[in-house]
Amino acid sequence: MYGKGLRTLSIATVIAFAITLSLVFFYAPIEADQGFLQKIFYLHVPLAIISLCGFIVGGIFAVLHLRRDDPRYDAYSYVSIHISVIFAVGALLTGSIWAKGSWGHWWVWNEPTLVSFLIVFLLYATYYPFRYAIEDRQRQARYASVFAITAGAFVPLNFLAVRASASLVHPRVFATAEGGLPGSMMVTFLCAIGSMALLWTTLVKFELSAKSAQGQMKRLRRALDAPTTAATSRIAPEVH
Amino acid sequence: MTPSRTAFAAILGKDLRAELRTLQSLPAMALFAITSFVIFRFGLNRTHLSGSLAAGVLWATLLFAAVLGINRLFVAEREEGGFDAIRLAPIDRSVLFTAKVAALIVYLAALELIAVPIFALFFLSSAASLAPLIIVLVLADIGLAAAGTLISSMAVNSRARDLLVPLVLLPLVVPLMIAATAATEPLMLLGGVSYHRFGTWLMVLGLYDLIFALLGYAVFDFLLED
Repeated sequence: MYGKGLRTLSIATVIAFAITLSLVFFYAPIEADQGFLQKIFYLHVPLAIISLCGFIVGGIFAVLHLRRDDPRYDAYSYVSIHISVIFAVGALLTGSIWAKGSWGHWWVWNEPTLVSFLIVFLLYATYYPFRYAIEDRQRQARYASVFAITAGAFVPLNFLAVRASASLVHPRVFATAEGGLPGSMMVTFLCAIGSMALLWTTLVKFELSAKSAQGQMKRLRRALDAPTTAATSRIAPEVH
Repeated sequence: MTPSRTAFAAILGKDLRAELRTLQSLPAMALFAITSFVIFRFGLNRTHLSGSLAAGVLWATLLFAAVLGINRLFVAEREEGGFDAIRLAPIDRSVLFTAKVAALIVYLAALELIAVPIFALFFLSSAASLAPLIIVLVLADIGLAAAGTLISSMAVNSRARDLLVPLVLLPLVVPLMIAATAATEPLMLLGGVSYHRFGTWLMVLGLYDLIFALLGYAVFDFLLED
C-alpha cells in the first residue's frame, strides 16, 4: 500500500534533479568571490534544511503517535528521522568540503550554523542505540516518540544557544545565503530545495514500502508455519 | 484523589530520606568531582585557573558528576517496585516527574555546595565570583534536573541503563553548557568579576529550563504507561 505512486514520485525526483543540476551548472552564475566551489552550496544547504525539516516532521509524527496510539505513526517518525540522519551526514560532509575549499580548514568552529548542525546530528545519532536498548516493542515505540519530541524541541533551542555564543565575536560568514542572493541564484537554490524535498519524500516512501513488504512477508511465513529465515531489525518498527 | 502537593511532598521526602540513609549517590558525586579537579590540575598542568579555562573545568566536572546521580535516580523505583506503586496510587503521574526533578535539584545543590568551594580553594585567586555564580548554578541545575529526569526515567527501563544516560543526555545539555560556561567565564576573569552579557546568558538558561520543564511535564505520562 505504501508502494502506490512510488514510481511517479521517483520519476519526478529524477526529472527535478536533472533540471536542478542543469540550472546549477549552466544557468546560475559563477560566484565572484569563491568561484566554482560555491556550487556546492546548492547541494549542502538544501541537504541541511531538508534534514532539519525531516527531524521536525519526525517529531510531529511522534506527537501523533502518542496522541492517537497508532503504531503507524511511530513507523513514520522512525523513517523520517532515519532518512534525515542520512541527509545530515551528507550535509556535514559537503559542509566540510566547502569549509576546506573556502577557508582552508576541514572544520571551522566559528561558523555557528555548522556547529549547531553537528550537535543536532550527534543527538539524533543516539536515536538508534536508544531504540536498540529497549526491548519491549510497545515501550520502544512510546519512548522513541518521547525522544523524537524532545529532540524536535531541542533543535531551535540549540541553534539559538550556539548562535548567541558566536554572534558578537565573529561576523556571519554566510550572510549571502539569505536575502542578498541575485535572482538567478535564488531560482536555482529554490529548485535545489524543491528537488531535495522530493528526494526525501521518495526515500521515506521507499523505506516504508520496504518495511511493509517485510512485515507482510513475515506474517505470510507465520501463517504457513515456516521458520522465518530473514533477520529482522530490532530497532525498526514493524509496518502493517 | 490525593492532592498533588501532598503526593509531591511524600515522594520528595521519601527520596531524600532514602538518600540520607543509604548515601548511594551524593558521596560518589562529590568524590568524583574532587578527583576530577585533581586530574584537571595535572591534565592542564595549571595550579591556577581563570576565565574560560576555569568555567570549562568547573562545568565539565559538575556535568559528569551530575550524570552519576542522574544514572541512579530511578534505580530504586524500578528495583523496589516504586513505579508500580505510583501507577496504583490515586495521584497525577506527572507528580513523580516534578518530585524527581526537585530531588535531583537538591542533590545537585548539595554537590555544588561541596565541589564549588573546593574548586575555588584549589584554583581561583579570589572568591568574589562565587556570589553571582549562585544564580548561574541554580538556573543550570533546574535545566539539568529536568532534562536528566526525563532521560533517566527512560534509560532505567532499558537494557543499557548506565550507557544511555550519558549518551543521550550529553548532546541534549550542550546548549545548557554553552550558556552556563559563557555566563561563568567573565565572572572568573583574572582582572576581577565582569558581567559581560551576563543577562543574555541567564535568559538562555531560563529558556532552556522552561522548555525542558514543560516538555517533561507534558510527556512524562506516556513513560509510565503499561
